[in-house]
Amino acid sequence: MMLNKVQVQARINGDDVEFLCEPRQSLLEVLRDTLWLTGTKEGCNNGNCGACSVIMDGVLVDSCLVLGVEAQGKTIQTIEGLSQAGELHPIQQQFLKHAALQCGICTPGLIMATKALLDHNPNPTEHEARLWLAGNLCRCTGYDKIVRAVLDAAQVMKEMP
Amino acid sequence: MTDILHPAETETSYRVIGTRQQRYDATDKVTGRAQYGADIRLPNMLYGKVLRSPHAHAIIKSIDTSAAEALPGVKAVITAADLPDVADKLVDAGEGATTNLRYQSNNVLARDKVLYFGHALAAVCATNAHIAEEALALIKVDYEVLPPVLDVREAMKPDAPILHDHLRTDEMGQKSSAPTNVALHIQHLLGDVDHAFREAAVIVEREVNTAAVHQGYIEPHNATALYNAAGQLTVWCSTQGAFGVRSQLSDILQIPVADVRVMPTEIGGGFGGKISVYLEPLAALLSWKSGHRPVQLTMNRAEDLAATGPTSGSYIRIKLGADTQGHITAAEAYLAYEAGAYPGSFIGSGAAMLLAPYKIANVRIDGYDVVLNKPHVTAYRAPGSSNAAFAAEVLIDELAERCGIDPLEFRLLNCAKEGDRRPDGLLQPRIGMWQTLEAARTHPHYTAPLEGKHTGRGIACAYWDNYGGQSSVSACVNTDGTINLVIGSIDLSGERTATAMQLAETLGITTGQIVPQIGDTNSVGDTEGSYGSRTTFATGWAAYLLGKKIIDELTQRVARLWELSPESITYKDGEFHADNRCISFNEIAAELDHLGGALMVNITARPSGLGPGVATHIVDVEVDPDTGKVDILRYTAIQDAGKAIHPDFVEGQIQGGVVQGIGWALNEAYIYSPEGHLLNTTLLDYRMPTSLDVPMIDTVIVEVPNPYHPYGVRGVGEVPIGPPPAAIANAIYKAVGVWLDVLPMSPANVLEALWKKQVVSGD
Repeated sequence: MMLNKVQVQARINGDDVEFLCEPRQSLLEVLRDTLWLTGTKEGCNNGNCGACSVIMDGVLVDSCLVLGVEAQGKTIQTIEGLSQAGELHPIQQQFLKHAALQCGICTPGLIMATKALLDHNPNPTEHEARLWLAGNLCRCTGYDKIVRAVLDAAQVMKEMP
Repeated sequence: MTDILHPAETETSYRVIGTRQQRYDATDKVTGRAQYGADIRLPNMLYGKVLRSPHAHAIIKSIDTSAAEALPGVKAVITAADLPDVADKLVDAGEGATTNLRYQSNNVLARDKVLYFGHALAAVCATNAHIAEEALALIKVDYEVLPPVLDVREAMKPDAPILHDHLRTDEMGQKSSAPTNVALHIQHLLGDVDHAFREAAVIVEREVNTAAVHQGYIEPHNATALYNAAGQLTVWCSTQGAFGVRSQLSDILQIPVADVRVMPTEIGGGFGGKISVYLEPLAALLSWKSGHRPVQLTMNRAEDLAATGPTSGSYIRIKLGADTQGHITAAEAYLAYEAGAYPGSFIGSGAAMLLAPYKIANVRIDGYDVVLNKPHVTAYRAPGSSNAAFAAEVLIDELAERCGIDPLEFRLLNCAKEGDRRPDGLLQPRIGMWQTLEAARTHPHYTAPLEGKHTGRGIACAYWDNYGGQSSVSACVNTDGTINLVIGSIDLSGERTATAMQLAETLGITTGQIVPQIGDTNSVGDTEGSYGSRTTFATGWAAYLLGKKIIDELTQRVARLWELSPESITYKDGEFHADNRCISFNEIAAELDHLGGALMVNITARPSGLGPGVATHIVDVEVDPDTGKVDILRYTAIQDAGKAIHPDFVEGQIQGGVVQGIGWALNEAYIYSPEGHLLNTTLLDYRMPTSLDVPMIDTVIVEVPNPYHPYGVRGVGEVPIGPPPAAIANAIYKAVGVWLDVLPMSPANVLEALWKKQVVSGD
């Protein structure tokens, strides 16, 4: 028996988006399977790995722990919306410069988590960065190059007009 | 901080190799555009789910799928009855391991028995994943539950529950007579061990237990298949080896190799855990049975932990003897490795790597491969060697202490050099063992003051053979001088770039002229998977040979243009020369259409001459004596990389390997209930290191070039996971005076060791 779908309106990466979803579907599932925004990744589907991190009304969330219907009226930023007019965001540029990724599956989540960190705290210490990013697991890098990229991104963004 | 040291006098200058180029695939990976297996979206696609055993050991008496098939939205249900009943046949399982085809098929879908918690026994596809999941609940399975065996030493006892009635021990080539869980016994024997122990001035002995751990890649297993009515099967998946998936599918489904096309997507981590197929045959069967619709299966994390990986838990006992000067004269070891539900652990490499960093004249090593009711083990970064290095390197420290020698000096005194006999009988090729030890001794970390009450510093070494194998590459030279390079290897962490750099170096052109891509199985020659630290070595060899062949072909074209014999033409730094004439690579490329047409070149290489990787690590820890928690204060990893093609990538491999090793050392473990239920199936309970758990990982790349590679490459990815558990255990001893003999050295296990010490010493 199919459940009734709910109509949801949200602002995603600057665009007004309408979608239908079942009440049991997570925001992660809606992003990936309904809207085909597959840049947001599924690593555990229970809030433990951070691969599905997105920013909802300015708050970093695991999109697997948010229901699709909860997106109603919300503003959501995903990895697909971070670079503007073909220009990579400074966080993305620093991840490239520092070779802060290997397989890359955790990278979208880590970049969104970094965005949320620097929105809240433009000048984090190494410890503050490590504490904030502890919700985003990376199995390839040992975090060294990621933390360096995050700290350098903070410097670059402070110097931006 | 990274240093690159060149102890050899043979330093060659390169134009491209050794530079830090940006990765070809990195922009797609920071923007979310890179397409991983679970990102595949095909028209009319169905979603599948897998029914898994709630029992660790049971006979399957019957499976009734009728109610699931009747659920609206369900398009197909499969069980082992849908798989061909394959005969026993040995097949390549990657990293030099072999497995029996029947085991491989039964692991994919259990036929008569389920052998571990999470063992797959049916699968469903439906119009969405939720319906498929509902359908699983409607499948009725009648089990006869059997007692499980979960401990490797228990499984070896004669009265243990038997997993496979037909299994007999392969006792160094001879088959035993009675049913058993011991699949294999191997032995390495060198010199006269008993005599050497009788003569030894100092003897130390220790036994250790290590828990099974998972590779822990962040992207779960996935597969998408389209099996059309003509019998052509296309599979998209995240794998370490597309050709390995192709041959496994051909074997398990009993269909011709040419009918299988594997399209490797980007892969979200592997570490050895994405070599065996799990979902791919199920997706194929579901696609066929659902009327040839595409079907996608993805595991959730609980499935991935319960039913894939892990690497072996183990019991290891070692005894070492030394003379009065501190030379190790005798070694005896017994290693029992968990193979999981089917034979085939990495006991071979465990036994071979156990004492490989050292020169010891008298050695006896016995290794056992043991089945028990856990998932069938797969490779995990230098498979088999980390358990062994933990056991050996802790005992080496204890022996050094008993001999009154600094642990680093003790290792320098005993370390192996080129030409020495290894414990497994092979002669040591050129290795950088003493060079990494020497670099450790002179590193500021080794002599830095340690502050704090319960702090300690430890070191440990490790050795990994690395691997060669077959690699294929092909290239089209375009008329503007650019090259499309197709690579048979999977790109786990920069392989497109490392291969293109070796081709660019060979051709004397820039990497900007080369656009590499990873080929599917119809577009490039058969290539072994990206494992065994083989890819930069073997695929790099192939790229070098490809470059030489391109030069040969272009020389022919230049000869035609200049009306000279090819022998009179030379090539250097991107230019062809003869007499006073000169034409650049780009200029001759522009003339290709008039000189015989387009140029496409293929190479398949099978290089031998592996360069083993060796490492020495230094770690500082702080132990909280009230909670047993161990903090990593500082870490330095020193490794012989041969020649570092791309230093950033080498550092990244070392840092990643170290942190995986730290997780193995301190937290990670499979935890089973007595009934064999896996209790920690989430990433909160299977506790891998977070960014907060580790400091920056300093690296020192020592370059002792491998003489059997055109650019001196050794593998680099695997050996760094070896030293951390032992280095940390040695540091814990310095901090609080107890030797840990168990992995993980979790707070509970550290506390227990501290309490035992208090009881013994009466503190």
